[in-house]
Amino acid sequence: MITLTPSPFSPSEALADFEKEARGAGAVVSFTGLVRDRAGDADVEGLHLQAYSPMTERGIEKAAADARKRWPLTALRIIHRTGNMGPFEPIVFVATASAHRRAAFEAADFLMDYLKTEAVFWKKELTKTGSRWIEPRAEDYSDSARWTQTNMETDRHARHK
Amino acid sequence: MADILYFGRLGDVAGTGAEKLDIPATITDTAALRRWLDAEKSASGAFLEASVRLAVNSEIVVDPHPISPSDEIAFMPPVGGG
Repeated sequence: MITLTPSPFSPSEALADFEKEARGAGAVVSFTGLVRDRAGDADVEGLHLQAYSPMTERGIEKAAADARKRWPLTALRIIHRTGNMGPFEPIVFVATASAHRRAAFEAADFLMDYLKTEAVFWKKELTKTGSRWIEPRAEDYSDSARWTQTNMETDRHARHK
Repeated sequence: MADILYFGRLGDVAGTGAEKLDIPATITDTAALRRWLDAEKSASGAFLEASVRLAVNSEIVVDPHPISPSDEIAFMPPVGGG
């Protein structure tokens, strides 16, 4: 399930709900992204996130479908904030469940790379000295490129079948 | 009237996140729209950057893509969440 929300959410409640939904899975992996309070030398006062509905949701749905094709997932959950948030607030929550840990780890990693570099969001950081729009770093793009450079995961599944 | 959306830093350049515009009849594709708006907004090339993609009626397109007077057209700088 995929949720975009302009309101704060609780990752621990999301994880508890997900564990119920994923009951029977041998592995549950979750990732929570939080607003940092520092950016370089500046104190971060807040973050503003824009989405473009329904394009944003459609893209995430497609990435989730790709993850399900690539790994044998039994459950998947994505929550992403929009609007204004303060330091330490959760921005994103991704949880995956599978029979074994590797698929759950890799699928969560893959989905986070999608969300960082391809999901249709724009992010503005507010500091005492002003605000600036943040675009993905070179490292974010190279992280994301790992999933297109190799088909290692797919190959491994093929071998196991 | 076309609905024009400006996302991310282009909202600051345009001075608004969204507006309705009467696009001149001579502007019939996305490449021409970029040039026209860049001049209208005195944007010094911000609308012409290759990293800025355009979506017409919620589909990302490749320049030059035809546009009609009542389309929703979004200017999208590089995306990224998390």
